[in-house]
Amino acid sequence: MSGGKQVNKSTPVINSMTELLAHALALEIEAVARYAELADIMAAHNNQEVAGLFKKMSQIEKLHVETIHEQIDSRQLKKLPVIKYQWISSEGPETTDLADLHYLMTPKQALHLALLNEQRARDYYQGIRQSTTDHDTQVLAEELAVEEEEHVALLQNWLAKIPVTEDHWDHDDDLPNSQD
Amino acid sequence: MQKTSMSIAVVGSGGAGSITAGNLLLEAAARSGSYGILTRSVGPQIRGGEAAALIRLSSEPIDSICDSYDILLALDWKNADRFAAELPMGPHSLIITDPEQGAIPAVIGGSGAQVRELPIGKLAKSINKGRPNMIALGVLAEVLSIPRESIKAVLTKQLGDKGEQVLQSSMDTVTAGMTAAQDIAKQPLPKSNGSGSGHWLITGNQATGLGAVRAGVRFVAAYPITPATEVLEWLATALQKVGGKLVQAEDELASVNMIIGASYGGIPSLTATSGPGLSLMMEGLGLAVSAEVPIVVVDVMRVGPSTGIATKAEQSDLNIALYGLHGDAPHLVLAPVSITDCLFTAQWSVYLAEAMQVPAILLSDQYLGQAMAIIEPPEAVNFKAARSIAQHSDGEYLRYADTGNGISPMAIPGTPGQQYTADGLEHSMAGTPSTRAEDHALQMDKRQRKLDKFDYGDYWAEIEGAGAHAIITWGSTTGAVREALGRLRAEGIDDIRMVAMRLLSPAQPGKFRQTMAGVSKVLVIEQSHSGQFYKYLRAHYDLPGESELFHRAGPLLLRPGETADQIRHWRQA
Amino acid sequence: MNQIAETMSTTPRNPAEYRSRVQPIWCPGCGDYSVLLEITKALAALELPPEQVAIVSGIGCSSRFPAYSNCYGFHGIHGRALPLATGLKVARPELTVITTGGDGDGFSIGGNHFLHACRRNVDITYIVMDNQVYGMTKGQASPTTDPDWDSVLTPGGTGIRPFQPLVIALASGANFVARAFAGDPEGTTQIIIEGIKHPGFSFIQILSPCVTFRPEQREWRNQVRPAPVPTTGDPSVAAKRIMTDDGFNLGILYAGDRPSYQTGLKDGSMPASELGREFVL
Repeated sequence: MSGGKQVNKSTPVINSMTELLAHALALEIEAVARYAELADIMAAHNNQEVAGLFKKMSQIEKLHVETIHEQIDSRQLKKLPVIKYQWISSEGPETTDLADLHYLMTPKQALHLALLNEQRARDYYQGIRQSTTDHDTQVLAEELAVEEEEHVALLQNWLAKIPVTEDHWDHDDDLPNSQD
Repeated sequence: MQKTSMSIAVVGSGGAGSITAGNLLLEAAARSGSYGILTRSVGPQIRGGEAAALIRLSSEPIDSICDSYDILLALDWKNADRFAAELPMGPHSLIITDPEQGAIPAVIGGSGAQVRELPIGKLAKSINKGRPNMIALGVLAEVLSIPRESIKAVLTKQLGDKGEQVLQSSMDTVTAGMTAAQDIAKQPLPKSNGSGSGHWLITGNQATGLGAVRAGVRFVAAYPITPATEVLEWLATALQKVGGKLVQAEDELASVNMIIGASYGGIPSLTATSGPGLSLMMEGLGLAVSAEVPIVVVDVMRVGPSTGIATKAEQSDLNIALYGLHGDAPHLVLAPVSITDCLFTAQWSVYLAEAMQVPAILLSDQYLGQAMAIIEPPEAVNFKAARSIAQHSDGEYLRYADTGNGISPMAIPGTPGQQYTADGLEHSMAGTPSTRAEDHALQMDKRQRKLDKFDYGDYWAEIEGAGAHAIITWGSTTGAVREALGRLRAEGIDDIRMVAMRLLSPAQPGKFRQTMAGVSKVLVIEQSHSGQFYKYLRAHYDLPGESELFHRAGPLLLRPGETADQIRHWRQA
Repeated sequence: MNQIAETMSTTPRNPAEYRSRVQPIWCPGCGDYSVLLEITKALAALELPPEQVAIVSGIGCSSRFPAYSNCYGFHGIHGRALPLATGLKVARPELTVITTGGDGDGFSIGGNHFLHACRRNVDITYIVMDNQVYGMTKGQASPTTDPDWDSVLTPGGTGIRPFQPLVIALASGANFVARAFAGDPEGTTQIIIEGIKHPGFSFIQILSPCVTFRPEQREWRNQVRPAPVPTTGDPSVAAKRIMTDDGFNLGILYAGDRPSYQTGLKDGSMPASELGREFVL
């Protein structure tokens, strides 16, 4: 299994807290939906263990959505503009690439994908912190980067407790099925 | 017995215009009150080939070709032996020939027919822009006692827009022909009542198109094929007049799928083809069965197998129409029993397909389709496409719901809240693909139930006469059978009933049993080499008493006389 | 979603509105999942009511698409999606008609329809998820497979040249020709939006990896790139570019202005009951 989507875009320039929080919210919401979809896909292919893990990740991301909402509320930013999002890849940084799944993938591999997402999010905020010209935005970007770094550490701990993926993890005695 | 009909053949090749002369003669006779049928027999060439116009004129409505020809007029004899088998003649027949064109082929002259020579070519040359076929028209008008005014009226209609001079020249030529034929013994057309006013001049292919439009067809996909093309060509113009659209497709696979797409969109749709095209459409027809999309496919049958004989009729696509779809695929198969009936059966087919959301195959044939007939105006019927449509609702929509009569309301794209996916895969009631045995059983039962529970009224067959004997037939052979039975009745034989089936699938064994009450002997008559119809009857119906089969392959149509002989022989045996 | 989230949405409609409750059977990792996301995003961005959209397909993995959408759908037979869609669009021009399918369905069994759909230029968007393999039947070479790709059915490879869908579409008259990559949601969504908006026949080839039979296609995401040139309306320029690129240039490679096929049922002035008059003597 290779890991993670391409980071192929330049660092965005975001110069307002409103805009940064809009991005933060959007990337978490996208992550919630994507993890939920990954869970459905894995469940349909009877890999319940990984499905359960993705479902859990979706729930965790939902909490992050609430955290961002709190940030928005605390700053009394009532209305965010309709914007075109600036990401460093084709989707938000915390969104797993649908191409990274395998029907026999292990929980370790699944968590590794989640780790890559959190690292990408951290890098995304750090990039903004460096590129922004607005002081408040810089402070906020730093806060968000630190939060993502905490998530990275949590996932690394979690990963350490999970057995390593064995060789031939993708072995299947049966041939693929013929459909239509 | 008084003669009620006369038959005339006009043959010629290489631009001689024999078909045009025949058409003009038919229409002129129509204007004198005659009924009639014109069929064409042509060589394989696109242009310049040998061609024969075969005309039968009658004082009464007719559905069948003749037994033998009274008059054969040859513009030339090039390759005319090709038609010999289609031109039965005898000592009563008259051959009119131009000595310049050489000797009469032995296979035609050997019939014992009388011969009359006329310098047709020379006469034509004597007139400015005179053409031999107009001489022929004049000769035949004179011999048949068709009034000059009738010829003039027809020519005016045909040539009116080409200017006075062209019309005058043609009329002069016709007159020269009439004059030249004055000393030939007259054979006046049998006298009919009335002037022909109100009669229709129509081909079966046109009638099929008309029936379809009357029922509400507004989308047609078309891929040309002999002998079905005229259905499509007529519809192309008709849909411009009444509204609608015809799309010329890239092949028959496309045309059947296009009509499925349009009908899925809510528009009654049709295509027409012949055997080779029908073969290509089979997978599409199966899709329409599974997805429950109403369509009508007209198959104007020609001689098979394979490309066969494209310009001649045969009733040999019955098997593929009934059984050609893979899987169990309940669908409708219908057939008109006469040229006139092409209109009714096409209209009824569209109505049935739409009512039951099922594909219908309409089996016409080259004879019914391409013959030009003078008929009584067809009775207008009220069959209109009326599909059960799902209306907008907030509840869950089950496209393939298990209803009592099997018919489930169909949502038309654009209707909010009723979105579904039509599928050729087996599906649940909601339409989602399913491999479950219970879904397959339920949907198969539903598809069959739609056809079984429907009320087809008395239209499933034409039933005439009564008695202990029964002739069972279908499609175009009905014409010969009907006429044969008429002759037998005139001889005093009136114990034979005729059943001409219009609805072939689903079979109607219950109605058939009632119809056959008191019958002890059955003769099946059809035009196929293997007796497809007979085997179909044996498979789906209980034939009372003894049953026999009279059949032959195309391209030679059954003639009423030989059919009467067969029936007489069978009845006495 | 709460009020703030809604105000920041880039589109008034939610892509999830266009998904049905049917769970796809595609292999985890398959590019088609991304295409499903991208098409629903495009429809949301265009604010098309789901009931005004019809998605029509043939047979194959990607042809399972319609049932996964909440639009009207038709899952037809192998290779015949385009005529099915053509009939629907001509009869019901107010609908947005999208045809989805794969390389085998579109270029092999349906090849003739592809040529004529391009020629006919009916206003349909044809999205082909190209993975260079027959997936539903367990991994045979498709028309776009390289000649040396080994399969049970063609041991040692087919030995024949791959079909070139984009240049064939262009030569046959498609009015819009684009290449996209399933794993590029942003770019692909935009191309689909443009394809739907563009009048006439729009052909979009989406490279969509088959992780089961062509696992090496997971590498495509490192090989694709935006085409380094702007969209052209000059078919000769487009043809040269398409014929000389390596198959990984993404973008709208041609957008023409040929008039679309006249769809819709012409209005008629004559009642059908009067049609018979032409036959009366």
